[in-house]
Amino acid sequence: MSELSIVIDDPSRPGGTREQDLIRRVQRGEKDLFYELVRPYERRVYAAAMAILRNEADAEDTCQEAMLKAFAHIQQFRAEARFSTWLIQITVNEALMRRRRDRTVVMEGMAEHSDEEGNYTPRDFADWREIPSEALERKEVRQRLAEALAALDRKYREVFVLRDMEHLNIQETAEALGISTASVKTRLLRARLMLRDLLASGWERGWFSRLPFEKGSKPW
Amino acid sequence: MVVNCEHVWREISNYLEDDLDATLRSAMEEHFRSCQHCKAVLDGTRNVIRLYGDDRMFELPSGFSRRMERRLTQNTVVHRGTWTGWLVAAAALVLIAGSLRLASSVTPDHPLKSEHAQPGKDIPPDMVVVVTVGAKLFHVPGCDFIHNKDKERTLTAKEALREGYVPCLRCMRKYLNTAGVRRAGTNAENDDETQEEEIQAALR
Repeated sequence: MSELSIVIDDPSRPGGTREQDLIRRVQRGEKDLFYELVRPYERRVYAAAMAILRNEADAEDTCQEAMLKAFAHIQQFRAEARFSTWLIQITVNEALMRRRRDRTVVMEGMAEHSDEEGNYTPRDFADWREIPSEALERKEVRQRLAEALAALDRKYREVFVLRDMEHLNIQETAEALGISTASVKTRLLRARLMLRDLLASGWERGWFSRLPFEKGSKPW
Repeated sequence: MVVNCEHVWREISNYLEDDLDATLRSAMEEHFRSCQHCKAVLDGTRNVIRLYGDDRMFELPSGFSRRMERRLTQNTVVHRGTWTGWLVAAAALVLIAGSLRLASSVTPDHPLKSEHAQPGKDIPPDMVVVVTVGAKLFHVPGCDFIHNKDKERTLTAKEALREGYVPCLRCMRKYLNTAGVRRAGTNAENDDETQEEEIQAALR
């Protein structure tokens, strides 16, 4: 069993049968239930749009457009798919279309490294001091993590967000972004290692210094 | 099988995904037991994945949900099947039907500008149409057959009919054919002659 299975296979799936019931009712015409159906996924949908557009206003508008599109195509949703994945894929698609329309964002791509096939060498080998999940309760910790994510090149950030934050699988991530599964794996590796390096150097700069750690957990 | 550090870094993501064959996996496990550096990379990467995978990482701008709900409600929800809803809908239907009848019975105040023109039938009275100075036709905005586009004027179909304009054969085609021909007795003018020839041909 995967070490990550607990994390990856257990995204919040608010009430499976209740959700299926809601979907069926919306499909039968109870349109005013649609918002209730998508509300649990607002955050994830927004994160997906932000990963691609990096602009709050654009991301928010894209989310609204995407949800309207989901509503318009609700009859095409198949019960065997995960509703959250379906919504995220529609959102990613909408965000990518918007980015293609918006010339200013394309400039970002020019600064990106294109040697994704090259190996990434971790920079920081100091023993890793675990950042506990409880630390996420603190706004500045979330802020630091968000900054590190924003520092990644677009292609790494997108794959990382869809796979590790949105919990799409490798195949779904590849389909959503229109790239191969091999590219997803390569980019994912690099994104994960870069984030680890960024956060490790954050340690040294005291980003997480006021976190409550257990005594004796100082590893280096 | 023995693996070196570079090999481990290349495969560390797949290791965490459990996407490796058993031989490589056990070789990496062996390596982690002896290599402090790679163990630090593994622990850190696993921690990164756990932190970012936490739902608390997702934050919404304030007011996001309210705006989303409003947008969805505006665009998806119609009156549901309560009896008051049906009453409203029925009343609206009566109104629409009435106004359509009214529109189709609108008699131009002015004589039609072309003797070949058809006044059209059942044109929605509040439909936005375009006319140009000196021409005789009214058009759906954007119609390719608008002359003197720089002198366009926008008005409703009802107003255009009242002023004696007649529907363009191209863009208003679906409102033609069934209407009776009304001849206003004025001479054909020069503008829009191509279209009027076509109207004439169609009527023969």
